[in-house]
Amino acid sequence: MNNAITEAGLFSQIAASVRIVLVTMTICCLLYPLLILGVGRLVTPRTAGGSLLRNDQGEIIGSEALAQGFTRPEYFWPRPSAVDYNASAAGGSNLSPTSPALRARAEEILARSAAGGKPLPADLVTASGSGLDPHITLQAASCQAQRVAAARGLEVGAVMELLAKHAVRPGRVFTPEPLVNVLLLNLDLDRVRPRR
Amino acid sequence: MSIFFITLLLGGTALLSWPLGKTMTWAMSPPQQEKGFRFRLESVLQRLGGEMIVMEQSWQQYVLSLLLFNAVMFAVVFAVLALQQQLPLNPDAKGAIEPSLIFNTAASFITNTNLQHYAGEVTMSYFSQLFGLMWLQFVSAATGIAALAALARGLSGRTGLGNFYSDLLRATLLILLPLATAGATILVLGGLVMTLDGAAFATTLEGAGQTIARGPVAAMVAIKQLGTNGGGFFGANSTHPFENPTFLTNIVECMFIILVPMASVWMFGRLTGRLRHAAVVFLVMGALLAVKVGFANYLESAPTAAFKELPVAAAANLEGKELRFGTAAGPTWGVLTTATSNGSVNCMHDSLNPLTGLVALIGMWFNVTFGGVGVGMINMFLYIIVGVFISGMMVGRTPEYLGRKVETREMKFALLAILVHPLLILGGTALFAATSWGAATVHNPGFHGFSEILYEFSSAAANNGSGFEGLGDNTVPWNLATGIVMLLGRFLPIVLPLAIAGSLAAKKPVPATAGTLRTDTPLFGIVILGSVVFIGALLFLPVAVLGPIAEHLAAGG
Repeated sequence: MNNAITEAGLFSQIAASVRIVLVTMTICCLLYPLLILGVGRLVTPRTAGGSLLRNDQGEIIGSEALAQGFTRPEYFWPRPSAVDYNASAAGGSNLSPTSPALRARAEEILARSAAGGKPLPADLVTASGSGLDPHITLQAASCQAQRVAAARGLEVGAVMELLAKHAVRPGRVFTPEPLVNVLLLNLDLDRVRPRR
Repeated sequence: MSIFFITLLLGGTALLSWPLGKTMTWAMSPPQQEKGFRFRLESVLQRLGGEMIVMEQSWQQYVLSLLLFNAVMFAVVFAVLALQQQLPLNPDAKGAIEPSLIFNTAASFITNTNLQHYAGEVTMSYFSQLFGLMWLQFVSAATGIAALAALARGLSGRTGLGNFYSDLLRATLLILLPLATAGATILVLGGLVMTLDGAAFATTLEGAGQTIARGPVAAMVAIKQLGTNGGGFFGANSTHPFENPTFLTNIVECMFIILVPMASVWMFGRLTGRLRHAAVVFLVMGALLAVKVGFANYLESAPTAAFKELPVAAAANLEGKELRFGTAAGPTWGVLTTATSNGSVNCMHDSLNPLTGLVALIGMWFNVTFGGVGVGMINMFLYIIVGVFISGMMVGRTPEYLGRKVETREMKFALLAILVHPLLILGGTALFAATSWGAATVHNPGFHGFSEILYEFSSAAANNGSGFEGLGDNTVPWNLATGIVMLLGRFLPIVLPLAIAGSLAAKKPVPATAGTLRTDTPLFGIVILGSVVFIGALLFLPVAVLGPIAEHLAAGG
């Protein structure tokens, strides 16, 4: 009954399969990505290339979409990163919310962040999923304004003004909490008052 | 605001699934006229496939071709991955991959699972990503759609189920390719990365080096989301700002998760000529999904338990989450991705609150709240068969489904297919929790470590692919065990339903009488809802208590 189950049937099925592999690969793995590459290159070349930022000398200093590490007092600090801001092996802590290791990490961060007695915003003690979250909440930035202003010899008011300028709400009404992009903010800060 | 957001997202996708279901039915059916685009395309394809692609296949022949082509898929991608260091498109000089990882990855992607025991940007060349993994994201999804079309044809009384090769090509070229092209275009315009350039090297403001991995991301992400694949370009999946840069791309990617699974139900309804029946099934799936999304959002709004009494401002649990998506995004995506066998993530599931993690596990245990493309509806068909059987027993009549009697043979196959799933999950979890194969690889202590093992096997058996990623799963035992579980969890629940369809189609239709259980009524909806919930609860409640529930209670929750 089954001519497909005979040996000759099997052979011609394999031959047909191989031809189908070649055709679907050509269309789905060559033409399709080329088309999308073309759209990216023509319409959104900056983001398609990774939103890279360059300094005046044309050297790459990071990506607008990705966090990078900041530890010096004159810069705003991003959220903690489980991969130490490694943009070639991103990832989260994968710690359970009940984990003692999570608590230990939070205590360590609290110890070095003087928040003036006020509780620290949660985003500053939690690592993001990618470890590369470019944003912190406006509130988390405000907590750091005092330190940054002091380290740069700026008025706190001036720093707060800069913060307000950088505040964005990516989802409008759906994300009531304003965010700031830490790298862009720090770049702007360097422009206002180059670090000593 | 969250409720409004979720309603828009689910409702909007449900609306889009209606026309898509129509289009999918058109695509999977032979051309209506002997002229026009469809007819010309089919003739080209026929020349390509020869006689093998034209002939009408019995269920046995259909299954044989499906398995054969999937074996070819496995072989091709195994070769691509094994040879990647010799192949082009490798700007960052990725080296050879360990053999058990190749086996696991090839098994994972042919089964539409996309469990990843590697990180894409660390291990894979661009050639492997595009010609190996992304190719399988198309053809494995197409295999699922083809299988559902064949099942629907059998249930509508045809003894020939169609032709697998022609179905595969139709699903790939007429459904998935146009969707992915539109999807990837939207995503690349929304800011996803899409380049063939290698990694960029940056010197940060503080003078440190930062290597920025890039690649042809947008093309892969579109089909990863649309085909319930879930295997990301980057290890961090859609948490990564290059894979999911903004609030808007997150919404689009989230809708893509459930779009085709939803439309598959409508396609099933149209191909069987029972659209009202499909509507009942759709509503049952939708209701379960909505309840899970609601619960997950509520549970995840609880603060991180580890910060109790520390001076941290009250907020929802933010560990493993990105700020730009908003607070409802993580739990909502987490539910959709586990309900549909997609398995992509926009937050780290290991760091979900314990009970939110349980909601994700429940999604994979049911595996029918829309489920994978095509196969979700096939899984639901098994529960429907069990449902009509139980109802038939209760009123003392021989049960019927779509005008055919359901008898011993069909019930055996259906129960076997349903029981494979818990057997693989519970058996695997027991083995690995009891031995160092699993116990030595957990990342979190105590109950949560057990949940990590449980989640991994649930994800493999459900062909989901997400993970509690803290688990150190790139070991030979894990690679082999989950590889085998994925293969069994994929092909048995495709082959057995097709066998049922073949067996039903060979029977004489029985006319509907006043005593027939109608399949298009709210009562029938309750019957299948009951089968899904009660079978699921009976099978998995004990293990749920051992893992997430125990962790929740121990944390004083």
